[in-house]
Amino acid sequence: MKAVQEISRPETAAGLFDVKKIRQDFPLLKATVHGQPLVYFDNGATSQKPQGVIDALARYYRAENSNIHRGVHYLSERATEAYEAAREKVRRFIHASRLEEIIFVRGTTEAINLAAQSYGRAFLRAGDEIIVSAMEHHSNIVPWQILCEQVGARLRVIPINHDGEIVMAEFRRLLSEKTKFVAVTHVSNALGTIVPVKEIIGLAHQAGVPVLVDGAQAVPHFSVDVQDLGCDFYAFSGHKMFGPTGVGVLYGRHEYLDKMPPYQGGGDMISLVTFEKTHYNVLPYKFEAGTPHIAGGIGLGAAIDYLEGLNWSQVRAHEERLLSHATDVLTRIEGLKIIGTAKEKAGVISFVLGQVHAHDVGTILDREGIAVRAGHHCAMPVMQRFGVPATTRASFAFYNTCEEIDVMAQALQRVLKVFG
Amino acid sequence: MSELDELYQEVILDHNKSPRNFRAMEHADRKAEGYNPLCGDHVTVFLKLGRGIIEDISFQGSGCAISKASASMMTAALKGKTPEDAQELFEKVHQMLTGESNGSEGEKNLGKLMILAGVCKFPARVKCASLAWHTVKSALQNEKGVASTE
Repeated sequence: MKAVQEISRPETAAGLFDVKKIRQDFPLLKATVHGQPLVYFDNGATSQKPQGVIDALARYYRAENSNIHRGVHYLSERATEAYEAAREKVRRFIHASRLEEIIFVRGTTEAINLAAQSYGRAFLRAGDEIIVSAMEHHSNIVPWQILCEQVGARLRVIPINHDGEIVMAEFRRLLSEKTKFVAVTHVSNALGTIVPVKEIIGLAHQAGVPVLVDGAQAVPHFSVDVQDLGCDFYAFSGHKMFGPTGVGVLYGRHEYLDKMPPYQGGGDMISLVTFEKTHYNVLPYKFEAGTPHIAGGIGLGAAIDYLEGLNWSQVRAHEERLLSHATDVLTRIEGLKIIGTAKEKAGVISFVLGQVHAHDVGTILDREGIAVRAGHHCAMPVMQRFGVPATTRASFAFYNTCEEIDVMAQALQRVLKVFG
Repeated sequence: MSELDELYQEVILDHNKSPRNFRAMEHADRKAEGYNPLCGDHVTVFLKLGRGIIEDISFQGSGCAISKASASMMTAALKGKTPEDAQELFEKVHQMLTGESNGSEGEKNLGKLMILAGVCKFPARVKCASLAWHTVKSALQNEKGVASTE
């Protein structure tokens, strides 16, 4: 009986995730760096791209290249069709109810700046408060600080505990009639914490406050349903979810987008222009001034096609295995301390190694072919919270393996030897 | 010797472990802060000037082994030098770190500092090694504010 039980472990019951086969889809994973096979653990910065995405970019330039929304000619119609098809893929991917709620932007940063400048300048006043968390990326701090300076609003910060989790009681305390906006991350890029955004959104909505979720680090790891979350805005980048750089998405509830003024003026966002008065285009085009990154949008659509071809319960199980293996192996290394030990985490491990600075760790790992991020991860307040100048961060994607984690662990022993 | 061994030589590891002149200076004549926004490395350099020379020099801050060792070796090299000599040394070190002075006459005069030459093989680390030097330059010029490697 015991043997039977061992065979039917949950991971095999759901079917094994064939990571070797998956890796074949990503050409750069076959690379060698400094004579060693590449171990790519910098997925939090940007992910590698599957062949399908690379092909989609090339195909657009080779066979469809033309401007969208204006030509009556064949190529322009083809390009427009492909670009708008990508918008529909994004809508389905995040389970938005309407196509016009999907605004293409350059990336998460631009998405948040759009929300801050368009919604914030129109609807926030002096004395109003904006709440963010203590583990935001700079891109979900600075746009709100700029807005605060412009309108005289005040930024309030939800503290995090020693594990890197949001202190919900503090959020409840901060939420008041002065609160006019809440902006929080879904997954912390520096700590890996999965934030209970649904609970935050529920509380904010009870107080009548809209919520923006920074989903840049969430969409590569699990399925997101913006209607289930109930968020009013959701921002993410294409390049962290296996798509091209230079394209991202702002999802916004149409009730808000409708009453928000344009972010930038130009072509494509207008319906009629005279020197006396200009009429703006309908959603989503009102927020898409100028020729967009057409190839990027199409490439993002190809990334979604690829992700939809995966078995996501297997992907989740595989990523959880990577995280727990890495946590086990790294914890055993002398003097290594993991920063960010939340109960709910995505595949991100930040750590400090004794007195060795993250940069020195990063350089030595690089010579072993291992790509990690060393530094403050654009989250300097997080570093201050934990009293460290910098951390080394290994961030995983579903194409990583436990063997790669073992390679990193061995290399970390070598770091200790150098600095012994 | 591998490039990595050349970067992390015994002398550099020693300066990292026990940095020389690693202290704040009371009544410093000049003080400047250096900051590398890319990685968060932070250094403060203190100078005591008199008789036309750098009578005393010290530093504080946080950073990687390369930035700490470079700052430590810099304080040892600049003590007793005139500001003009210090400026000249800055130029030579900068050229060595960026790989512009391969084997030139200038480099040969750098003495112990030549141990930092391995850094030029690691472009991402050049700014770590040059941070303290930018900072002392700014202190000597009495520039207000924070020196930056950017």
